[in-house]
Amino acid sequence: MATNLAQKPTASADKHVPASLESVVIRFAGDSGDGMQLTGTQFTHSTALMGTDLATFPDFPAEIRAPTGTTFGVSAYQINFGARRVLTAGDQPDVLVAMNPAALKTNLEALKPGGTLVVDIGSFNSRTLAKAGYTSDPLEDGTIAPYQVIRLDITRMTLESVKEFGLSNKDAIRCKNMWTLGLMLWMYGRQRQSVVDWLKGKFAKSQQLADANIAAVNAGHAFGETAELAGDMSHSTVGRAEVAPGVYRTITGAESLALGLVAGSKLAGLDIMFGSYPITPASTLLHQLARLKEHGVVTFQAEDEIAAICSAIGASFAGSLGVTSSSGPGIALKGEAMGLAISTELPLVIVNSQRGGPSTGLPTKTEQSDLYQAIYGRNGDAPLPVIASATPGDCFEVAIEAVRIATKYMTPVILLTDGYLANAAEPWPVPDFDSLKPFPVQFHTNPENFSPSSRDAKTLARNWAIPGTPGTEHRIGGIEKDFNTGNISYASDNHQLMTDTRWNKVLGIADDIPLQEITQGDATGDLVVVGWGSTFGPIYRAVEQSRAKGLNVSQIHVRYMWPLPKNLGELLKGFKQVLVPEMNKGQFATVLRDNYLVDAVRLNQVNGQPFKVSRLNQVIAEMLA
Amino acid sequence: MNELSPQKLTAKDYATDQEVRWCPGCGDYAILKSVQKTLADLEADPANTVFVSGIGCSSRFPYYMATYGFHTIHGRAPAFATGIKLANPDLDVWMVTGDGDGLSIGGNHLLHVLRRNVDIQILLFNNEIYGLTKGQYSPTSRPGTRSPSSPGGSIERNLNPCNFALAAGARFVARTVDTDQKHMPEILKRAHGHRGASFVEIYQNCIVFNDGVFADFTDKKAAPERQLRAEHGHRLVFGPNNEKGLRLNRDKVAIEIVTIGENGITEDDILVHDETDALLAQMLVTLDGPDAPVVVGVIYCNQADTYDAGVARQVAKAKIAKPNADMKELLFAGSTWTVD
Repeated sequence: MATNLAQKPTASADKHVPASLESVVIRFAGDSGDGMQLTGTQFTHSTALMGTDLATFPDFPAEIRAPTGTTFGVSAYQINFGARRVLTAGDQPDVLVAMNPAALKTNLEALKPGGTLVVDIGSFNSRTLAKAGYTSDPLEDGTIAPYQVIRLDITRMTLESVKEFGLSNKDAIRCKNMWTLGLMLWMYGRQRQSVVDWLKGKFAKSQQLADANIAAVNAGHAFGETAELAGDMSHSTVGRAEVAPGVYRTITGAESLALGLVAGSKLAGLDIMFGSYPITPASTLLHQLARLKEHGVVTFQAEDEIAAICSAIGASFAGSLGVTSSSGPGIALKGEAMGLAISTELPLVIVNSQRGGPSTGLPTKTEQSDLYQAIYGRNGDAPLPVIASATPGDCFEVAIEAVRIATKYMTPVILLTDGYLANAAEPWPVPDFDSLKPFPVQFHTNPENFSPSSRDAKTLARNWAIPGTPGTEHRIGGIEKDFNTGNISYASDNHQLMTDTRWNKVLGIADDIPLQEITQGDATGDLVVVGWGSTFGPIYRAVEQSRAKGLNVSQIHVRYMWPLPKNLGELLKGFKQVLVPEMNKGQFATVLRDNYLVDAVRLNQVNGQPFKVSRLNQVIAEMLA
Repeated sequence: MNELSPQKLTAKDYATDQEVRWCPGCGDYAILKSVQKTLADLEADPANTVFVSGIGCSSRFPYYMATYGFHTIHGRAPAFATGIKLANPDLDVWMVTGDGDGLSIGGNHLLHVLRRNVDIQILLFNNEIYGLTKGQYSPTSRPGTRSPSSPGGSIERNLNPCNFALAAGARFVARTVDTDQKHMPEILKRAHGHRGASFVEIYQNCIVFNDGVFADFTDKKAAPERQLRAEHGHRLVFGPNNEKGLRLNRDKVAIEIVTIGENGITEDDILVHDETDALLAQMLVTLDGPDAPVVVGVIYCNQADTYDAGVARQVAKAKIAKPNADMKELLFAGSTWTVD
């Protein structure tokens, strides 16, 4: 956990000798028009370049521009950065930056008691207070008494700092986020150059805006350095994290997923045809891939979710790597087409960036409630492999693995990620592409005795002959096909055989994936916490802390959701209790219970927020009491 | 040319060994025959030819063509065809659909494949009924159609497929009749020669559930009186002796049916078909009234850039701009830092 800021020396001690902290959690909160996501990502970038480990949690509303000043229009960005391995965005912020009354109202409760509150008093007036639902001024009525408060008229100081550039009042006020960024960069000894470079690029077309924003950053920074804020002004630093040597960059899940898909396609020797329809929070992947045409990536923005997956399947039929991507509601629409890809045995990668459901649900909030849909959600007996990524960086490896399985076994593969992973950033050791093992696809080209349904005896994958190849002309479709000839067959025994074959082919993939490892702790014991997906960070930290307290607890984090690793059942039997925390109502627990008759205890949360380490610690302690 | 003829494929060479399973007397047999003949005439390479279909009677078509074929899911054939063309623009893709598949469940996809102008041939078999599900009314069924799902007669207004295609921005729209074995191959060859989405509506008789629904203009006896064969550069005339024709009523911007020799009408009054004229095309496909003929032939043909070519150009341009794009460079893009 982050060191409590209350324990460190204040600026009055000596502001030129920053105190060194192990880690800090900052939450930037403001109106959705205040640019808090930019403040957060730039702070993150600057922090990462200094070799500090970090994890982030962008938390923003579904509305693009909700009415100004309302609580539902508040956009926040939380970063946890530390001189040690950082796995979560932090349970409780040490510092809250509140740019208006609504941001204060919605975020103050999260702030650690005694934590630092930086508040823009320039945004507080009777109108904005009323809009946020305050009946009295929280700056005066004792609401903020438990915190160290830094009251700043950021609005006024920003306007002054950009006065010379002659911006409109609206444009000038919009520099507030950069002034604030400058101040926070000073408070934690972060470098400014990356922000300046970024602003120059962003406002390349307007020297005036570039200069004004840079001036705002510098003014905020200078304010921190020169202000006499006796006692309550922090100035501290967070050192470099002890991480493995190598070259690093920051990466979000969406970026790492895009890189992984391109890497996978190159290892397979195929071009990508990515068919997708815009949907939050999955669109970022479409945006990423649309810029990678020079790597043989074709992106197709289809007219709807169904056309998106169908175009990808068509492309796979014609010899590309078909990929489609969506979030829960869109994945539901793709269900019938997934069945066709299963029936025709074509490779396909389906990415699901999960969000809160059901129906439209919570588009910008994270959840992992599409596991049932992924494993079971199609008509007929329609098995397909499902894999899940645990961290933003992990999306890279998981994407490559999805491509490998899809092409080797001629099957659609569902890759589960979520809104949190898609947007969250972390430092990422850039992988050595040359060390990755290629898995080149061999198209079938021999016309002799050709049948589209002849199979590899071991993998049960059918051959892949593509249009344009002389002598292997064939027809495929969703009607049941004869096991030997591939022609339409309604024969009852044949349907039994084909259903069994499809089933065994997917289950057989369990022989081709790594055995499940104990992620942390002993291989047997009193309690194992089993997780999957983006709960990795909080569970890891909680198990680590519980073990440090002497509790007999281990962690298993699962990547291969279907088929499950062959040894998973045995591993679970080595523990007296099994706890499965999930951001759903207990879907993986159902799968584990069904497959292993194990008494998996559910711990569920669907409030759109990642698990808090403290809550996991508490449940672990209770189960071992 | 004779010395090459032993290599030349015949219509039969484009047929598979699969038993054709349409009802005896179904119009689809005639269309299948026409398509196979067309491919033979075009000397189409079976290895480079793909037939894509959705669901319905018409959509069984690919199983009977000795080319590559994909029988997909209901209504979505345009999306599969688009993906195939994006993966390999050199493939010659034919899409087969029906009035239910293409205009009801798949209406959205048909709209967009036409709008994007993906370079494929689209054959829409219109029999104004759902055949495979046993005879319910379809979006092209005329109002009052009695069917198992509309015992009191259908209430909905019917859709005009060619008008739909034109409104969607199709650059090639044609009509033909299943049994017209001379006309159909000509139209299919024109569709094939057109670069872009070529939409062909084929009036197809469903002998079991909607027999004779087009008889008033397809029967041998009725055809001369009720069918007008549009040909680019020729006057829009019809009738047993080509004595009737279409004239533009300039006061109303409407087409009227006139008889040459009556009321001072001469041949010069008759409109000359211009297949590049979108407004004329729209008037021709929506001709209505007791005297109005059904216009068949190539009604609109006006080539434009295709979607698949545009996509391929962008990819090629990106590859020229970054000839050394490799995975390592991509992985190290942006700001990096080194930990020693």
